[in-house]
Amino acid sequence: MIFEGAVHKYGRDVDTDVIIPARYLNTSDPQELASHAMEDIDAEFVDRVQPGDIIVAHENFGCGSSREHAPVAIKHSGVSVVVAASFARIFYRNAINTGLPIVVCPEAAREAQAGDRLRVDLAAGAVENLTQGKKYDAEAFPPFMQDLIDRGGLMEYVKSRVAGEGV
Amino acid sequence: MGSTITEKILARAAGRDEVHAGDIIEARVDLALANDITAPLAIAEFEKAGFTKVFDPARIALVPDHFTPNKDIKAAGQSKTLREFARKHEIVNYFEVGRVGIEHVLLPDMGMVAPGDVVVGADSHTCTYGAVAAFSTGMGSTDFAAAMAWGRGWLRVPESVKFVYSGRPQPWVTGKDLILHTIGLIGVDGALYQAMEFAGEAIGALSMDERFTMCNMAIEAGGKCGIVGFDEKTTQYLQSRPEGSRARTAGKVLASDPDAGYARVLEIDASAVPLTVSRPHLPSNAAAAADLADVSIDQVVIGSCTNGRLEDLRQAASILRGKTVHPDVRCIILPGTQQICLDAIADGTMQALIEAGCAFSTPTCGPCLGGHMGVLAEGERAVATTNRNFVGRMGHPGSEVYLASPYVAAASAVAGHIATPEAVGAGKGGSR
Repeated sequence: MIFEGAVHKYGRDVDTDVIIPARYLNTSDPQELASHAMEDIDAEFVDRVQPGDIIVAHENFGCGSSREHAPVAIKHSGVSVVVAASFARIFYRNAINTGLPIVVCPEAAREAQAGDRLRVDLAAGAVENLTQGKKYDAEAFPPFMQDLIDRGGLMEYVKSRVAGEGV
Repeated sequence: MGSTITEKILARAAGRDEVHAGDIIEARVDLALANDITAPLAIAEFEKAGFTKVFDPARIALVPDHFTPNKDIKAAGQSKTLREFARKHEIVNYFEVGRVGIEHVLLPDMGMVAPGDVVVGADSHTCTYGAVAAFSTGMGSTDFAAAMAWGRGWLRVPESVKFVYSGRPQPWVTGKDLILHTIGLIGVDGALYQAMEFAGEAIGALSMDERFTMCNMAIEAGGKCGIVGFDEKTTQYLQSRPEGSRARTAGKVLASDPDAGYARVLEIDASAVPLTVSRPHLPSNAAAAADLADVSIDQVVIGSCTNGRLEDLRQAASILRGKTVHPDVRCIILPGTQQICLDAIADGTMQALIEAGCAFSTPTCGPCLGGHMGVLAEGERAVATTNRNFVGRMGHPGSEVYLASPYVAAASAVAGHIATPEAVGAGKGGSR
């Protein structure tokens, strides 16, 4: 998959409370969650974001709560992929499980500026900053994670495992 | 090279002789839990995938504790989803309002976690149960749905970081101060993807309640789990759980080998750790409470899965007894379970707190995550014994949360600004 879009740039330690504040967690409706995406760190984000846009952040993106509503809100806001220097552990799992593409690429994350156009080729593990004319290699997923993704995600994987074991 | 306690627990759960940091395993799950915020998404995933039964109804816990008693109509709908799923699948460990408590206080107190267990929860503070020498970690809703169906979960065996606390803490300095200080040292991603193993003389001297507090906040350093080795205090705690519970009848005592491999070992002099407060907006913004006396406050919250245990309430009461909450401050008490409420009534703790002018809540996560029961307005500031002080965590994005121990929170409630127990004339104190 190849994504291209404008950068929305954030710093380090973007927590899931600012990605989707808990006051909106009385629903799990994706569109409703998306209407409040990034609200407490960037109140105008939902008005500004265009389909295909890319969130870029420094270290530890998605720290804090385990709420899966966070990647769901980002995904349904129109964001195509999140590029960060590193991801918090639970957010990383949740992004894979909810189908939000994520890429670990510290250099691209450091150098990208708000409004830059970025091109991300997931399969090739390549990030290109079209505005700055720079190319970066992204970290590949660990083989197990790639296998999980290739099999259609965690629930598909578990379905085949449960069926195989006759549980 | 030997193994850490975390590697030993995970090897056992994976049915292997040994595993090492970096290995991907499929671990048998002894307990899987979720709450009224995370379970609805999981139930939807479980049903969408076409599953019709859970792997073991006795090994799943559904705990509606976040927005309960239902704060609004949508929250009531989420609770209803849990209730109906629990009935349909005969999940015995569903806890209705009146019996429910804050999940990470309730489940170990009910005896549902034994040493050597693997616990996964759709709540980031699931790391709490390391206090009973179990491996426990937070995940998302889909991972919980998978665990409900499969009875297993995939895990990457984490590297371990060993924190060795030497010496004895100063008076009034608790496990909360030790963990806030530690997160201040290493940062909010200082233990990212790693197991935080707490050891040393000062940890041995901590009560079980304080050990739960420390493990609870491992996630605030990015940790996968927090864990404390098994000792006499663990035994006493487990043996005082309900008759016939898992804590009394199961479990496997494991310990790190002397030659276990650690990503790093940090030595911390516990006797030099001050009464610690984490300033907005990260748990790593640690400072000495004594240096923050110019910070005026509007609210104090004492409780939560971090500090809502009986000892925490007793510590608060020891400061507030015979004093009054400052006229400009609302002091809200959030006990962890109904049993803790009863114990706090029996020993006079609740009376002392109410007479001092505190509001005493039923067990709920409530304001800790800005849900209800004490949400902050724009510009307001709170001292809380909770675990997070992110932007907007307790309400308006323009409000502020300072994290502290029950002693410091109670003293601050009296003073109207951040204060140490000594600053409000509390007698010679500390649990040690």
